[in-house]
Amino acid sequence: MSASDHLIPVVVSNVVEVNPIIKRFEFRHVNGDELPAFSGGAHIVVEMLDDGTKRKNPYSLMSSPFERDQYAISVRRDDTGRGGSKFMHEQVQPGMQMKISAPVNLFALDLRARKHLMIAGGIGITPFIAQMAQADKLGVPFELHYAARSVSQAAYMDSLADRFGDHVSCYCDDQGEGIDLEMLLSNQPLGTHVYVCGPKGMIERVVETATNLGWPAAHVHFEHFLAPPVGEPFDVHLAKAGIDITVGAEQSLLEAVEASGTPINCMCRGGACGQCETVVVACDGDIMHNDHWLDEEQRASRQRIMPCVSRFRGKRLELDL
Amino acid sequence: MSESLIEESILSRPTYGTLKIVPGLAHYFLADASGAECVIRVVQELPRDMMEKVHILYVPTPGEAALITSLYALGAKRFEHFPTIEEAVSKLGDWLSDAKMGTQLYLAGTEGLVGQGVAKGEACGLDHTAVQCEHRGSLARRVQCVHCKTMIENVTTQPVKCPSCDLLLLVRDHYSRRLAAFQGVCINAEDPSEEIEIKEVFK
Ligand code: FES
Repeated sequence: MSASDHLIPVVVSNVVEVNPIIKRFEFRHVNGDELPAFSGGAHIVVEMLDDGTKRKNPYSLMSSPFERDQYAISVRRDDTGRGGSKFMHEQVQPGMQMKISAPVNLFALDLRARKHLMIAGGIGITPFIAQMAQADKLGVPFELHYAARSVSQAAYMDSLADRFGDHVSCYCDDQGEGIDLEMLLSNQPLGTHVYVCGPKGMIERVVETATNLGWPAAHVHFEHFLAPPVGEPFDVHLAKAGIDITVGAEQSLLEAVEASGTPINCMCRGGACGQCETVVVACDGDIMHNDHWLDEEQRASRQRIMPCVSRFRGKRLELDL
Repeated sequence: MSESLIEESILSRPTYGTLKIVPGLAHYFLADASGAECVIRVVQELPRDMMEKVHILYVPTPGEAALITSLYALGAKRFEHFPTIEEAVSKLGDWLSDAKMGTQLYLAGTEGLVGQGVAKGEACGLDHTAVQCEHRGSLARRVQCVHCKTMIENVTTQPVKCPSCDLLLLVRDHYSRRLAAFQGVCINAEDPSEEIEIKEVFK
C-alpha cells in the first residue's frame, strides 16, 4: 500500500512556460472537487503514461496550501534523465487528463521554529514557494535565500521578490553572486530552523556549515529527492511472486515491480523516505545503492535494497517480494 | 566533591552526563560552587583564542572567594557572579536573548541549578541537544507542593513539610522539566493525624 495506489483523476488546467527549461503545470480535480489539504513542502507523484511505459515522478507542490481548487508544480527539463521531465514538457497539454497521488510531506516546516531560514538552489525553489505562503499567513518570520545559475534560469525570482519583499534575497552565479553560508548561518537568532533544497553539493555545504557552527541536527532540514538514474537493463527474481522481471534502461526497479502487478510499498520514489526498503534474498553481483536511506553497514551487507532508485549489475538478484 | 550519585529511577527523573566542549559559535556556562570545578576542567583545556566565545555565570556559596578567582582567571569574554541561582538564571536569559544559533549551554552543579538552567535555555529557544548538564554536589531537591504550588528549595528530607500550606509532602521522583522541580504530594491525605517519620535522604 502506498499513497500512489489511490490516485486522484485530474485535468491539466494550465501549462505555462516559465523559462526555456522550466514549465509550470496546474491541475484541477476532474469533477471540480477540492483537492486534499497539504502543508508547505509537500510533494505529489504524477503518473505518466508514455507510450506503454508507466512512469511516476515526485514533484513538490508550489501552490499555496490555502488554495485547494488547484495544485501547481514546476518541472525542469532534463534531457539526460529517464524521460519523465521530457514527457511533461513535450506531451502534456492543457485539457489532458492525468492521475496524481495525494500529497505527502517529507519537508514540512517545523512549527516550533521562531524563524524559518530557507535556502534554495535552482528548481529547488518550488517547495519554498508553498512554504512561504504558509509562513507568511502564520505570521512567523522567514527569509529566503535563492541562488540560480543566471537571471534567465532563475524561475520566479522576480515575482517572489515582489510578493515577499525584504524576506527574499537572490543570487545569480553569472553575476558573481553567491550565498555566504558561514555568515548567514552565524547570524540567526536562537530557535531558527534552516531548510535547504537544491543540488546535492549545496545541501552538503549547508549541512556541514551548520553542523560546524554548532546547529543542532533537529534544526537542519533538507529535501533530497533523487531522480532514479538510468542504467543498463537487468533481471530480477521476485521470490514470493515466483516470477522473473526485467528492469529497462530507463525504468526504475520500483516501476518494473509495479508493472508486474506485485505489491510493494513506496512513498517518495526518490530514495529518501525508506518506505520501499526490500530484503535481498540472494545477490550475485553489485547493487548500485543510489538512495539516502541505508547506512554504510547495510549497503555493505547487500541484504537490503531501495527499489525506487537503486539498480543492479551482475548474475543474479533475488528479492523478497 | 563527589561525582553524581543519582540512582536509576522513573523516566521523568533527569539523568546527567559529563560536560564536554562541542563545536559552537558561543559557549555559555552556568555553575554553582559544586559545579565550578567542571567549568574549570573543560574551559582550561580550550585554546586561548576560543575564550572570545566563552561566557560564564556563577553562583558562589556565601563567603567563598577562591573559586571566583579561579573562574575569573580562565579569561572568558564575560564572567559574572550572583548570590542566588534565580538572579544568575535571569541573567542567563538576558544573555541568551541576543544569542545566535550555534550557541551551546553547559550547566554544572546541584539539581536545582541545572534544572532551572535547562528550563531557561528551552524558553530562549535552545534545542535540548545544545544543552549539556553535569550534576555535582548535594542531591537536595527543588520541590513544588502540588497542592498550593509553593516552590520549596533545597529539600533533603522525605517527607517534607510544605512551609506554606503545612501539608506533609511525599517527594516523588516525578520531575517537571518546565518547572524544574520534583512533585511533592500529600502523604497522609486519608488520615492527617497519621505520624510519619521524617528522614534525611537527599544529601
Ligand atoms: S519510496 Fe521512498 S525511499 Fe523508496
